[in-house]
Amino acid sequence: MVAFNILVAVALLYVAFLFTVAFLAERRAQRGYGGWLRSPVVYTLSLSIYCTAWTFYGAVGYAARSGLEYVTIYLGPTLVLVGWWWILRRLVRIGRTQRITSIADLISSRFGKSTSLGVIVTVMAVISTTPYIALQLQSVTLSFAVFAQAGGRSWGGEELNGAALTVAMGLAVFTVLFGTRKVDANERHHGIVMAIAVEAVVKLVALLAVGIFVVWGIAGGPGPMLAQIDASPIALWQQNGGRWASIIFLSAAAFICLPRMFQVLVVENVDERHLNIAGWAFSGYLLLISLFVIPIAVVGLDLLPAGQNPDMFVLTVPLSQGREGLAMLSFLGGFSSATSMVIVSTIALATMVSNHIVVPIWLNAKAAGGANRSGDVRYVILLSRRLSIAGVLLLGYFYYRFSGGGTALAAIGLVSFSGAVQVLPALIGGIFWRGATRVGAALGLITGFVVWGWTLFLPSFGADAVMTQSVVDFGPFGIEWLRPYALFGIEGMDSLVHGIMWSMLLNIMMFFMGSVLTFPTPLERLQGAQIVNIFDHSAGSRTWRGSAAGAEDLMIMSQRIIGSAQAQTFFQREAKAQGKIGYLPDVTPEFIEGLERELAGSVGAATAHAMVGQLIEGSGISVDDLIAVADEAAQILEYSSQLEAKSAEQDRTARALRDANEKLTALSVQKDAFLSQISHELRTPMTSIRSFSEILRDGDTAQTEHERYAGIIHDETLRLTRLLDDLLDLSVLANGQVTLQDQHGNLHDILDRAASVAGGEGAGLRILRDPSDEVLYLRTDMDRLAQVFINLISNARKYCDAKEPKLRIKVGQINGKYVVDFIDNGTGIPASSQQVIFEKFSRIADQSKAGGAGLGLAICREIMERLGGQISYLPGQGGAAFRVILPTAAILANR
Amino acid sequence: MTKRLPSLVFLERQAYKRRRMRDLARAVPIIGAVLLSIPLLWTRAAPGGEGATTSQALVYVFAVWVFLIGLAAVISRVVKSDAPDQKPADPP
Repeated sequence: MVAFNILVAVALLYVAFLFTVAFLAERRAQRGYGGWLRSPVVYTLSLSIYCTAWTFYGAVGYAARSGLEYVTIYLGPTLVLVGWWWILRRLVRIGRTQRITSIADLISSRFGKSTSLGVIVTVMAVISTTPYIALQLQSVTLSFAVFAQAGGRSWGGEELNGAALTVAMGLAVFTVLFGTRKVDANERHHGIVMAIAVEAVVKLVALLAVGIFVVWGIAGGPGPMLAQIDASPIALWQQNGGRWASIIFLSAAAFICLPRMFQVLVVENVDERHLNIAGWAFSGYLLLISLFVIPIAVVGLDLLPAGQNPDMFVLTVPLSQGREGLAMLSFLGGFSSATSMVIVSTIALATMVSNHIVVPIWLNAKAAGGANRSGDVRYVILLSRRLSIAGVLLLGYFYYRFSGGGTALAAIGLVSFSGAVQVLPALIGGIFWRGATRVGAALGLITGFVVWGWTLFLPSFGADAVMTQSVVDFGPFGIEWLRPYALFGIEGMDSLVHGIMWSMLLNIMMFFMGSVLTFPTPLERLQGAQIVNIFDHSAGSRTWRGSAAGAEDLMIMSQRIIGSAQAQTFFQREAKAQGKIGYLPDVTPEFIEGLERELAGSVGAATAHAMVGQLIEGSGISVDDLIAVADEAAQILEYSSQLEAKSAEQDRTARALRDANEKLTALSVQKDAFLSQISHELRTPMTSIRSFSEILRDGDTAQTEHERYAGIIHDETLRLTRLLDDLLDLSVLANGQVTLQDQHGNLHDILDRAASVAGGEGAGLRILRDPSDEVLYLRTDMDRLAQVFINLISNARKYCDAKEPKLRIKVGQINGKYVVDFIDNGTGIPASSQQVIFEKFSRIADQSKAGGAGLGLAICREIMERLGGQISYLPGQGGAAFRVILPTAAILANR
Repeated sequence: MTKRLPSLVFLERQAYKRRRMRDLARAVPIIGAVLLSIPLLWTRAAPGGEGATTSQALVYVFAVWVFLIGLAAVISRVVKSDAPDQKPADPP
């Protein structure tokens, strides 16, 4: 017999193995080579979290109790999958264009980014998932108990509860570690998905192995097996038609509506074309996994003494034949099924709870003080997700304790399914019917949920646990037509069919009537049109007017939510699309729309809308705008797409021209100023040289004075030479006549050199660096590169006006390019001047204290261009900040 | 933007075929639902009496299942080739 301790050790080893898989996959994805991580095979396998412990253990138990009916649980999803062209394709497209993070997000987003709908769906999802998680805990616990019993020790209630609690805590730790490492823009978890895919293989192999052993090892082949089925207690075909159809419908609906299925189907989808393959491949997976269920059940009923829990046949049949290895494999399969479901479910629910409940509350609480500018939203999101994961598992554990842990697995699962599918009318109505409104959706959801709670959920705890037997028999307060198994006095129905029928019927009715009788808000109509007509135009809706919000403010906010590198990339891309250089695009409605969608990927549509709304200050959409947009849309339809492209092109050109014009005007003003400046700069030394040389020529000076005058003349000549050198340097660089040296060196050494040439640490300016980041071998013109660094450091020294001036030098990698950022803590450069600082002759505010002629940055830019790199101003860093992008060709070896 | 021009009444052969394939793709779940409800019409057996057995239903259901998967797999190859409709929804 397998020692119980060995079993625990194997389970722990297996978990460690999953940790490694998840970790490696995550790391690969982070480094950007996720090639096979994004393959259709992984996507297909990840869908297998549909097959939980309910499938692995419960299906056999189900078959032993009700014959072939178990197969309906897999036929429903098969119909949805082979019909992917109808619903799944639409859902995935919507998910990708609207950057949906969860099913609650989709519903909230469709109905005008409504916060309250998000809350309703989230609460419903948490409650309806609770029994399902309890099911997983129960099955893992039971499987441990089977082995304990085989080892000669029978577990009592206390040990079972202890094991369930331990399993719940272990799962919480694993999920928190891998599910909440970052607030990913698209909520994709490569590590988890990979681990799930591996578990999918394990559970399929385990179940097939047991099945093959039963059919060929015990029954003696398919023929005798069929004969044995005909001789078994479940031989007769007595299927109840109502249940058959209802459960096929239920499982089909649940396949779309379950939060965890939505997570893997839609949110984790990386490529729409994967659906094409998953459509038939995952149907095949379902077929294989249900293939041997009946044989195992029949053989179990035949071999094992009556009274054995049929839910555990997958374990007890091999054990009774002395096949411990097989039983162990089977145990791992069941363990995989349970853990993968719990992990993905809790992640999906935690995302929903944090995005739709915690963050809105947090935002409201801080709304008075301009919330989005202070405090770290990312931290709040991550913390709330971690707590939610633990909370959801705890609820599952409580359900397990309450329901007593003795119910058939399939019965619990069906209760959970029928709760989850209450979202279906709002979901399907929302994506196919433009007339669906928020009020209708809310009414339908709440009605369906209440009916489900009354007819299925509360009675599921068992007689007298939550609902007393007298309520079941005679209705609450003796009101007969409210009896949970016979609503409106209709008796004699199967309780499951009864519950599904009434909850769906009333749900759909309220949804429909509510939608027909209410009028949607403009935002709802816009979102509705977008989502329903997703294949006609995937362009964004326009819900913002151009406004006073500064691009810089928006950038500061986005950096807080999605991280600075990602925000900067996004802003830069948008600016480029508008034909502008730098990080600050014009705040156009299109830009704000795009930004909102980008943020929605992290915090959900409703929250993103609210946050952007706070900055834009209520210039959101009005009915007039909607009419204007509709007019505009009608006009656009009349133009050919070519004209559209052309007008966009013209728009870009016009914008570029406008920019150029502004730049030219500013420059011509500056040039005039510079000419007088340079004549002044030239004249001052000239005047003193002339006067002092005249004095010397006249000759009647003492020796000491003689030396002093000669010294002054020498100094002034030097100043003149420096000025002329700069001018010469610039013209040589600009004309491309410069010869670059081919040198090798270390970035760290160049920075050292630059810092010491530019005056070192002394003289008030503190330079903060991180030497470990700076080890980077380069092959380029080192002297020229150092010249750029020296210039930037001495600029900071000259212009930083903070009390304790500090300069931070940060080396990092953004989009595969190495960058060096120079960030000081002064007031920075006003937006109006950012355009011109790199031009020749430009000098801000005409502060002559600097003593240069405004050529330094122009020279830097010319040098970086010659070297193949770039230098630019980086706004929104709390001071003047310059970013030097090192030439890619120059990077020799990485650390 | 896939706006159909009003003047185009007949499609060329290829495009026409592709559209019919999509129709077939849409029909698969309906075909499946019909085939899977057929066992409900079978005579239910009273204990000891004549009627269908679970093993017959088992074989029938799995045969339908294999057929559906095969059909979906074949269609997915044909439908996949009309990639232009599946423009990438997300800018990289």
